[in-house]
Amino acid sequence: MSSSFLHDALIYLAAAVVFVPIAKKMGMGSVLGYLIGGIIIGPFFFNFVGEEGKDIMHFAEFGVVMMLFLIGLELEPATFWRMRKLILGTGIMQMGATTLLCFGALSLIGFTWQAALACGLALAMSSTAIVMQTLREKGLSKTEAGKSSFAVLLFQDISVIPILALLPLLALSTMSEPSTERATFLTGLPGWAQTLTLLIAANAIVLSGRFVFVPFLRFIARIRLRELFTAAALMIVIGTAYLMILVGLSPALGAFLAGVVLATSEFRHELESDIEPFKGLLLGLFFIAVGASINFKLIVENPWQIMALVSGVIVVKFFVLYATGKISRLSFDQNMIFSLGLGQIGEFAFVLFAFITQLNILSAKWGDMMMGATAISMTVTPLLMLINERLILPRFGTKETPEVKESDFIHGEHPVIIAGFGHFGSTIGRFLRASGINATILDNDSDRVELLRKMGFTVFYGDATRLDILKSAGADNARILIAAIDSPEINFDLIEKTKKEFPNLAVMVRAKSRIDAYDLIDAGVENIYRESLDTSVHLGVDALILLGFRKYTATRAGQNFIKYDEKALRILAAHRHDQSSYIFKTREQISLQEELLTNDREVVPNIHDHAWERDDYNPPK
Amino acid sequence: MKKILILFAHPRFEKSRANRMLLANIEGLPGVALNDLYEHYPDFNIDVEREKTLLSGHDVVIWHYPFYMYSAPAMIKQWVDQVLEYGWAHGEAGNALKDKLIFNTLTAGGTRQVYLPDAHNHFTIRQFLLPFEQTANLCKMIYLPPFVVHGTHLLTDEALAEYARLYRLLLTRLSNDELHPETVRQYEYLNDWLLTDKE
Repeated sequence: MSSSFLHDALIYLAAAVVFVPIAKKMGMGSVLGYLIGGIIIGPFFFNFVGEEGKDIMHFAEFGVVMMLFLIGLELEPATFWRMRKLILGTGIMQMGATTLLCFGALSLIGFTWQAALACGLALAMSSTAIVMQTLREKGLSKTEAGKSSFAVLLFQDISVIPILALLPLLALSTMSEPSTERATFLTGLPGWAQTLTLLIAANAIVLSGRFVFVPFLRFIARIRLRELFTAAALMIVIGTAYLMILVGLSPALGAFLAGVVLATSEFRHELESDIEPFKGLLLGLFFIAVGASINFKLIVENPWQIMALVSGVIVVKFFVLYATGKISRLSFDQNMIFSLGLGQIGEFAFVLFAFITQLNILSAKWGDMMMGATAISMTVTPLLMLINERLILPRFGTKETPEVKESDFIHGEHPVIIAGFGHFGSTIGRFLRASGINATILDNDSDRVELLRKMGFTVFYGDATRLDILKSAGADNARILIAAIDSPEINFDLIEKTKKEFPNLAVMVRAKSRIDAYDLIDAGVENIYRESLDTSVHLGVDALILLGFRKYTATRAGQNFIKYDEKALRILAAHRHDQSSYIFKTREQISLQEELLTNDREVVPNIHDHAWERDDYNPPK
Repeated sequence: MKKILILFAHPRFEKSRANRMLLANIEGLPGVALNDLYEHYPDFNIDVEREKTLLSGHDVVIWHYPFYMYSAPAMIKQWVDQVLEYGWAHGEAGNALKDKLIFNTLTAGGTRQVYLPDAHNHFTIRQFLLPFEQTANLCKMIYLPPFVVHGTHLLTDEALAEYARLYRLLLTRLSNDELHPETVRQYEYLNDWLLTDKE
């Protein structure tokens, strides 16, 4: 292993470790942290990494491939099918209009029509990596904006294939010889044959998913070597990507298809937990490389041109997206998140621009400019999102602070704050309200906030982990904070902050799973409510009753089981740290289940207790 | 014909040989309704309105339960405290239960001989039941002697079957209005009346 490799690895890791926490602390999200880290270590500032940054980027692009594989895994074919109208509708609208407008603008400034068309297509791409990561971190994936963003991104990722197939045709008509460097299977084939190859490749993945991958994974799983399974998972992703590159198609799309096919297999969760860390690291690396690759020399030389290009593209994309959002009936807030979020030029544009310059459709200088604009736009949009969140939406969209009737606040704020008003939080809120206790609600879904305000709830809109929002919601004077946010990470973040900043608040937390509950216990939280416990036991009790058990007996058994399980939770939480090796979450789930089932057999109190029994009763003589 | 309501409370009915036999033998008896309290309210959250409607629709009420620690299972006390409201069951305007018949049916592990002043338990069953008797008086109801099954652990199946037969006989007479409060009040237990008085 050469020392230069270690040196590079150290620098990239250090950039991540230093800048991401800073960005997170400032509420900017990890993507911006990576990008800034990349800029700082790049040639323009400290020059820790030089030109090799570009090579790293090609390598790191693989993180995007893995991400699409994971997205595919989470998307069962049925869900995919249900979304088809949204994907097609918003996708065609966004791609079509953006390409057309960019095509027109570029033609006006003297591009050949081929170059203008090729660039227009590339510029229409948005960054799946940035958008998905940002939405997930902010807990917005499930809002309308999140769904629409996903649909558009998916359509773009899919359309990379036909675009890649189309580009050589544009090159042919410019009469210049395409460079032979990119000698794929497709080059030199007539158009119809390329289309045919494309279909064959896609079908090959779907078929091999079902008939090769799954049996292969079963075989590997039987060997019971953890690292071998990880290797197999990586092999599937890399193999698919390689195959796609070989025939000249988008590796990301291949991986996505493979993911969708495997989503229904029994290995879904295993694959997810195995690929996840690789994806995370590579994506981080990718963002750093993007930051490092920003050619500031080019910017310094042509500052106005670059600026005009970046802002022009973002403005065009923003308006097209906004119109698309309007047609899909997104409310103002959701539409702003959607339109600004997707405003950057995506990572696939790097691939496309590289290809376009190779094919001599575009001059090398313009190619560099376009790549520079792409990288800059990627850095700018997280900032725009931040501005939107802090400055635009609070003023023009759903207000962060509800317009409170005088009486509400003069008579002291509400004693309870509920963060997160999804299916879990809303039940709590309704119950408290029915009991005459008014709660202040924090939520980050603007549509829901609108509705709740109309229903007369006091709702604060925004990121519940922000101190200023918590403060204005009355965290200083409230008595209880109920953390009911869907994402365990955000919930956790909220609790940490509350404990530090508002020690007056009693914290009650929703835990999604046992493992989340363990983390909360470790953090010293007392009141933990597992959302799966009571309902599951309740169902179990009703099952006993249907089987003919007396209701009271079954109810008691259920109550005892909950007590026992709560106790076991505390004991096992401490015991968990004895295991020295790090285990991934899903693995942990399985071993946990095993442990629980074993324990239950030994100590669980069940129906066969001895209350009210007098079998051993000896009546006095 | 009089309508009878049995307020049955047993936290572990599935294990009770005596009560299963008593209830099995009266199943389907016309005019007799069984209100299984532990089955209806496993969480002890008694539906007071439902209970009041039931009471209003019947002429005879029976508290039927196993005799635990010289008293009734917790559910019976919960029922008494929640359902017999002031202003409805008692108090000046509380006449909803006026002149209805009421008594206890209980199954006890000990024999009748241990419930005597100079025996192991020092007091009689009737003494232990005084709170129920006065509750009935408060509600202007007519309180009758209890029906008691003694020594449930020692009883043979035949002896138990005899008790079950008596209980059925009791309910039949009640529903046919063949029971005169003044007459039965002279007996310590309703069992005694049933065994002596062959009308």
